[in-house]
Amino acid sequence: MRLIIRNGRVVDPKNKIDKKVDILIEDGKITKIGESSKFRPGDVTRSTITIDATAKVVTPGLLDIHTHLREPGREDEETIASGTRAAAQGGFTSICCMPNTQPVIDSVSGVKFILTTASQEGVANVYPIGSITKGRKGEELAEIGKMRIAGIVGISDDGKPVMNAQIMRRALEYAKMFNLPVISHCEDLNLSMGGVMNEGFTSTVLGLKGIPRQAEEIMVARDIALAELTSGKLHLAHITTRRSVELIRQAKKKIKVTCETAPHYFSLSEEEVQGYDTNTKINPPLRTKDDIKALCEGLADGTIDCIVSDHAPHLDVEKDLEYNIAPFGIIGLETTLPLIFTNLVSKKILNLNQAIAKLTVNPANILGLEKGSLSIGSDADLTIIDLNLKKKIGNKFTSQSKNSPFIGMELKGFPVTTIVGGKVVMKDGKLV
Amino acid sequence: MRLKNKDLLGLEYLDKEEINLILETAKPFKELFTRSVKKVPPLRGKTVVLLFYEPSTRTRISFELAAKRLSADVLNISASTSSVAKGESLIDTAKTLEAMKADFVVIRHSMSGAPQILARTISASIINAGDGTHEHPTQGLLDMFTIWEKKGRISGLKVAIVGDILHSRVARSNIWGLNKMGAKVYVVGPATLIPPKIEQMGVKIFYDLDEIIDELDVINILRIQIERQKENLFPSLREYNEIFGITDERLKRAKKDLLVMHPGPMNRGIEISSSVAEGSRSVITEQVTNGIAVRMAVLYLLAGGDSRGMKR
Repeated sequence: MRLIIRNGRVVDPKNKIDKKVDILIEDGKITKIGESSKFRPGDVTRSTITIDATAKVVTPGLLDIHTHLREPGREDEETIASGTRAAAQGGFTSICCMPNTQPVIDSVSGVKFILTTASQEGVANVYPIGSITKGRKGEELAEIGKMRIAGIVGISDDGKPVMNAQIMRRALEYAKMFNLPVISHCEDLNLSMGGVMNEGFTSTVLGLKGIPRQAEEIMVARDIALAELTSGKLHLAHITTRRSVELIRQAKKKIKVTCETAPHYFSLSEEEVQGYDTNTKINPPLRTKDDIKALCEGLADGTIDCIVSDHAPHLDVEKDLEYNIAPFGIIGLETTLPLIFTNLVSKKILNLNQAIAKLTVNPANILGLEKGSLSIGSDADLTIIDLNLKKKIGNKFTSQSKNSPFIGMELKGFPVTTIVGGKVVMKDGKLV
Repeated sequence: MRLKNKDLLGLEYLDKEEINLILETAKPFKELFTRSVKKVPPLRGKTVVLLFYEPSTRTRISFELAAKRLSADVLNISASTSSVAKGESLIDTAKTLEAMKADFVVIRHSMSGAPQILARTISASIINAGDGTHEHPTQGLLDMFTIWEKKGRISGLKVAIVGDILHSRVARSNIWGLNKMGAKVYVVGPATLIPPKIEQMGVKIFYDLDEIIDELDVINILRIQIERQKENLFPSLREYNEIFGITDERLKRAKKDLLVMHPGPMNRGIEISSSVAEGSRSVITEQVTNGIAVRMAVLYLLAGGDSRGMKR
């Protein structure tokens, strides 16, 4: 099957392309990129499907390396099928799913389940992340090597930190030989215990127990020190504070460490918690306007390597509760891209190439995935984006859950077409 | 003049004029208590639901009396006897009350923000009777009424709130209200029980009461809970008593007309000595009486009553 994408502005940060070129796809691979004049009559036959991308941006298929798919265990919240459809709707062609399912993905059978189900039911590529410790209990290492052979691309106890520094040290050391990144959820549980929002003036006024920023920063500092000790491959998940950004900026001068943040952390501040909307309850919590500024600086200067959704579906019945007892987390796959365009690109914090790099080549490099570029011969995963498309976020999502604080917000810059392995899975904003 | 909102969720959301209105309205209601017939008709035909998710004696009885003296029908729902124990969510309980056409829901809940959830779910007037560590607006109002009645003013007075500020909804409501009325507010307590950035609410923090005791007009003493000791917030009740307990000895340097207040229930011998509680400066029992008058005023005003009097 042949597909040609014409007249789009092609942005591929990996190959340093940013110009109006056409892209030819044959049998699921990218086979030719060039100006229209470079295509010979034989390249485009009668059966070739043409996608007109005039006035649109064509990028490598986007990657989200931090997603919660909830399957196995909580298929009422999300499944691999529904989660990958939400990904495609949001312009993502590949997602990495966190292992905090029920049961935890801490063994080969769990990894195989994810990969098999994804190949049968998924519309986007799914890469499983295995847990660091058995049952995410923070006590004994999981069978990291066997899971690596089965197909995991990283390890994480996400949702929880590995509180024991010795076990974290061993994980970084051990995973190093498989070139596997250890993805750290930075939270000192003793400091954060019982907290439901950022600690500060707002938590004092609302009478909600605060989580001090230091709960994150102490663990960022600890893990950087352990990465230095072990030369392990450390990736810090969902960074939210100014000092975390500064610690990582300093660390990058000496050692190899990467990090991510999520759109809600640069889009919303702790003030959104006023009114006790449980869709503002996220871990780590929404921080202050000064932290947002620091995150923007970190994104701009490259301290923050990539942006992830941290898509965390929960049912209405779970979220429609008192603030203290509602679960942490919001969905994000369908709002990540427009939030980046609305709050970073439109405000000139990132240029288009930087923004796309944080969703393509950078996350691909962190996890060692052969994705995130439009190199000749690579898988034909592409996303077509309309930078001028404005939409108000409604309360209908492709995800099975709709726990989003962005409902009702007007955003600009949405994906219009998603292509996975040469197959159009989303077209004109609608799933195929 | 009338109140602007249908609900009373906290003193943060009232302005000075509204607080004044409530205090002014409470005064004639209090005078009513000296009569042989204490009941007036303004809320006849209205239903007041007391929805208590946390055990409470004085606040619940105070609201019940206030509603009954206004001739409302009163319904008591407490967490232990209702469908709450069967796991019904707050929103579903709210919808049930809505279907029963309750006019007022007075809610006490252990979690901050629960009254807000009710207020945005149903059309009845919601009165916050204490939510978690957020606010207890009618307590703040009755404390201010007591001060106003005794001192003739609130503006310019120096008020210290002493004790566990961190977990106190009474402190938060008092701080909002007193600041709006022009008082100078100090908070005094162990550093571990002073919430972060509270000075941004317009208060000064002291760890040593003796530093300010001689200039105070009012001291409002909060209950200290033994459970806090287990959370390592202070080493022992004995040490707390020694450093922060209010005794005759400590009050020697205080003004003669200092008002001693406590929202109750008291831990005698811990945050307050018996002789201070019973002493000439104490207005603790009067606070209880004033509570009924203030709650009558709140119910009356939220029912649409205005400052021109109790006609309806």
